[in-house]
Amino acid sequence: MNEPQKTLSVRLRIWRQPIGNSNGQFVEYGVNDIPVEASFLEMLDILNEQLVESGEDAVAFESDCREGICGTCSLVIDGLPHGEGQCTTCQLQMRNFKDGATITVEPFSTGAFKTIKDLVVDRSPLDRIIESGGYVTVHSGPKPEPNSIPIEEDVVEDALDASACIGCGACVAACPNGSASLFTSAKIGHLALLPQGQTERYGRVRKMVEAMDNEGFGSCRNYAECQASCPKNISIKYIGRMNKDYIHATIHGGDNRGPVKAT
Amino acid sequence: MMDLDAKIPSGPLEDKWDSHLEHINLVGPRNRPTYDVIVVGTGLAGASAASSLAAQGYRVHVFIYHDSPRRAHSIAAQGGINACKNYRQDGDSVHRLFYDTQKGGDFRAREANVYRLAQTSTEIIDQCVAQGVPFAREYGGMLANRSFGGVLVERTFYCRGQTGQQLLLGAYQSLQKEVDQGRVILYPRSEMLDLVVVDGRARGIIYRDMLTGEIQSSAGEAVVLATGGYGAAYFNSTNAVNSNSTAIWRAHRRGAAFANPSFVQIHPTCIPVSGDHQSKLTLMSESLRNDGRVWVPRKKGETRSPADIPEKERYYYLEERYPTFGNLVPRDVASRAAKVACDDGYGVGSTGYSVYMDFRDAINRQGGDTIKSKYGNLFDMYEEITGESPYQQPFKIYPAVHYCMGGLWVDYNLQTTIPGLYAIGEANFSDHGANRLGASSLMQCLADGYFILPQTIGDGLQPLFRDKVGTDHPAFAQAIADVNGRINKVMSIQGSSTPLSIHKRLGKTLWNHCGMSRNAGNLQGAIDHIDQLTQEFWNNVHVTGSAKDMNQTLERAMRVADFLEVGRLMCRDALERDESCGCHFREEHQTEEGEVQRNDEKFAHAAVWEWRGEETAHRRNTEKIHFEHLQPATRSYK
Ligand SMILES: Cc1cc2nc3c(=O)[nH]c(=O)nc-3n(C[C@H](O)[C@H](O)[C@H](O)COP(=O)(O)OP(=O)(O)OC[C@H]3O[C@@H](n4cnc5c(N)ncnc54)[C@H](O)[C@@H]3O)c2cc1C
Ligand code: FES
Repeated sequence: MNEPQKTLSVRLRIWRQPIGNSNGQFVEYGVNDIPVEASFLEMLDILNEQLVESGEDAVAFESDCREGICGTCSLVIDGLPHGEGQCTTCQLQMRNFKDGATITVEPFSTGAFKTIKDLVVDRSPLDRIIESGGYVTVHSGPKPEPNSIPIEEDVVEDALDASACIGCGACVAACPNGSASLFTSAKIGHLALLPQGQTERYGRVRKMVEAMDNEGFGSCRNYAECQASCPKNISIKYIGRMNKDYIHATIHGGDNRGPVKAT
Repeated sequence: MMDLDAKIPSGPLEDKWDSHLEHINLVGPRNRPTYDVIVVGTGLAGASAASSLAAQGYRVHVFIYHDSPRRAHSIAAQGGINACKNYRQDGDSVHRLFYDTQKGGDFRAREANVYRLAQTSTEIIDQCVAQGVPFAREYGGMLANRSFGGVLVERTFYCRGQTGQQLLLGAYQSLQKEVDQGRVILYPRSEMLDLVVVDGRARGIIYRDMLTGEIQSSAGEAVVLATGGYGAAYFNSTNAVNSNSTAIWRAHRRGAAFANPSFVQIHPTCIPVSGDHQSKLTLMSESLRNDGRVWVPRKKGETRSPADIPEKERYYYLEERYPTFGNLVPRDVASRAAKVACDDGYGVGSTGYSVYMDFRDAINRQGGDTIKSKYGNLFDMYEEITGESPYQQPFKIYPAVHYCMGGLWVDYNLQTTIPGLYAIGEANFSDHGANRLGASSLMQCLADGYFILPQTIGDGLQPLFRDKVGTDHPAFAQAIADVNGRINKVMSIQGSSTPLSIHKRLGKTLWNHCGMSRNAGNLQGAIDHIDQLTQEFWNNVHVTGSAKDMNQTLERAMRVADFLEVGRLMCRDALERDESCGCHFREEHQTEEGEVQRNDEKFAHAAVWEWRGEETAHRRNTEKIHFEHLQPATRSYK
């Protein structure tokens, strides 16, 4: 019987771009003796150890939780944001790569995300979209008893499907137009579903859609690539809902309070 | 000796917090914008504190090493958050939560703080629901609960297996709103590397701009550290890979006392280590122990697959040893039991250092769909990492470093021993004694951030009206020079050990000798080894690239330098606490059944360590724990 393979080797084509420089290039590296249990990022750790040992500057790439929830990791692998399969970069396992494969690794850069260094991009435009209205205004002080406002279980689950967004930006990186519609609509959709989000509902959608445009993201042309690359399976149905609310908000002008307006 | 006045208000336990609020100094709303408050960290503690302070009107400067506040390690918390709402009518109350937390912590926490935590817990749920946090609901639309280890009630609120994420997004959104209003100024990718103290008061911080490498400073009338725990000192842990101890350690070196550094929680249910390449250990939420049954084969060196092992040849060691709590014993107890089983040769998996957590019976009883709806994402996560499906075969799990009960010493106002410096969340030592119960960290972080600090900070700020120290004060220039000196030193060594390799070796030593089981000989050995590693670091570390650039190798090196010092202090603390309690299991002090044996006569205190300079040893001070409401009893979960 053959021993199951314990290690593998790969060739990497990695995008390297010095800080403060808009030009970069692919550089090739070989990594050998990668344990099959290693994750993709652990393979990059091995590469960086090699580079540091030989006196070179390590490849800059970002990660933190390494379990698919913080949204920090952000690599385009062989042309796909987060690589093959609907998970984050940090959840990719080396056992799913072929021994001897050549792998191309690039940053998540698109129009609105600028490359900072090597594989690190600036995703702060996403924070600014939330800043423009992605919240419910509450102070820290006494609140109503939560069970005084029952919420149907399926409504909460729907809201959670949307607010499961980890803000990684894969949707933007995958979109041929560089649109942030899936990200934006997920936050709008989450809050629009819940009773607590109603008061600011239409003001929110107007402000967030405008912020998205101002940040230089492209518009949505229904390619649906975003949904296909989202590691949290967020559905484009939220984009449809966002558009509906946006139309309502523009017709009703500055009304922040939603459809039921006291006259 | 240090002055360790915890400033506990007098009066009955139940009334302390209310009467404290009635008597402390306040800053009026029109004066608040004249104060600059620095908050470091935007985990649950920092984001909730910063947004609450800004909403009150303070000018808040927020520093994080992440690119966005939403990425803080709190995002990874899975299982839930406790609150004694008593929605189940199963006997929960403020007193019960207080009692459970104190007992869970093996009677090593300050009663007044813990009681206040329990009192505040219910407000947290109200606050989060109002923000739009989608907590799980029952069919009737009411909030759902589950149960966690070490308690006999169902008081844990949750959002599937991503409670931390949803709570943090709530706090993050409130924070971003304040950024929009201009009351919060955000400094992302800015790592705090030192604290500035002027005339005994914290007056600002020194930070490195992680894009340009520039060392800069910021001044304020108060500095709040919400920088999380130091568990990543062990290298392999459930913490995020960038979690570190630098902020609290640098503050410690400037005079903030560090309490109970050796109290580190080892979580029983994590995916076991597979090899040296491993960069992090993944937690499998404690909530799984509601339905999963933990066992090992009764036969040493068993080779059959788990499905082929008949019922009577399975040793459900938690259920047998602790019939009342069964699989839901507290974490320290469950972890130690797993270690003992594996040390005795009953462990499974390729290394022999794993135990089974089995859902076979739960699936048979409740159906696969129910189990999927409860734990689906955890099952998927496990399968992604290991390639095995827990629907088909039991999880293989082993304990891993998870949480730090120890941290900066704080008084009742959450102020450290440096006036003007506060510590909240996991960064402080306040509420969990020698062991934390599941779902209690999120509770503590949010209690500190939304409700406690925003109401106590005014007490220290009010006397400082218009008393400002700017970054032009010489103490800032001096601190900048110190930091630059340290960085230049690290960059100039150009030896042959990578920072990562030193970190890994430090981690192994801590895990083996200052982990689940400790003894005097090993701890002394660990201290000696850490001294050698420290020597090696300062003589032979190799950092490539430039200090004036984004340089992740340098970032790691600076963190490892501090981990070495923290690690040493952890071992010393463990060595000098010559008793067992909670997570701190000293082999010399155990009952006949192998349970921890406390020594209340000699060690009913927090060990509070004082930095006395590079050349002088740390001094161990103590804060006595007064048992006024709960008499310490031997913890029994049998
Ligand atoms: C996998 C996992 C699951 C968990 N599940 C639960 C659970 O179900 N229930 C529960 O109660 N607890 C749980 N915990 C514990 C809990 O998540 C943490 O204790 C808690 O989130 C800590 O929050 P914090 O706000 O104190 O700090 P953190 O969330 O760790 O945030 C630290 C912040 O400080 C910043 N920072 C740190 N140092 C610096 C510096 N030098 N300069 C600038 N910024 C700095 C970081 O950028 C970050 O914003 C879990 C922990 C883990 C690891
Ligand atoms: S590192 Fe957190 S999602 Fe990948």
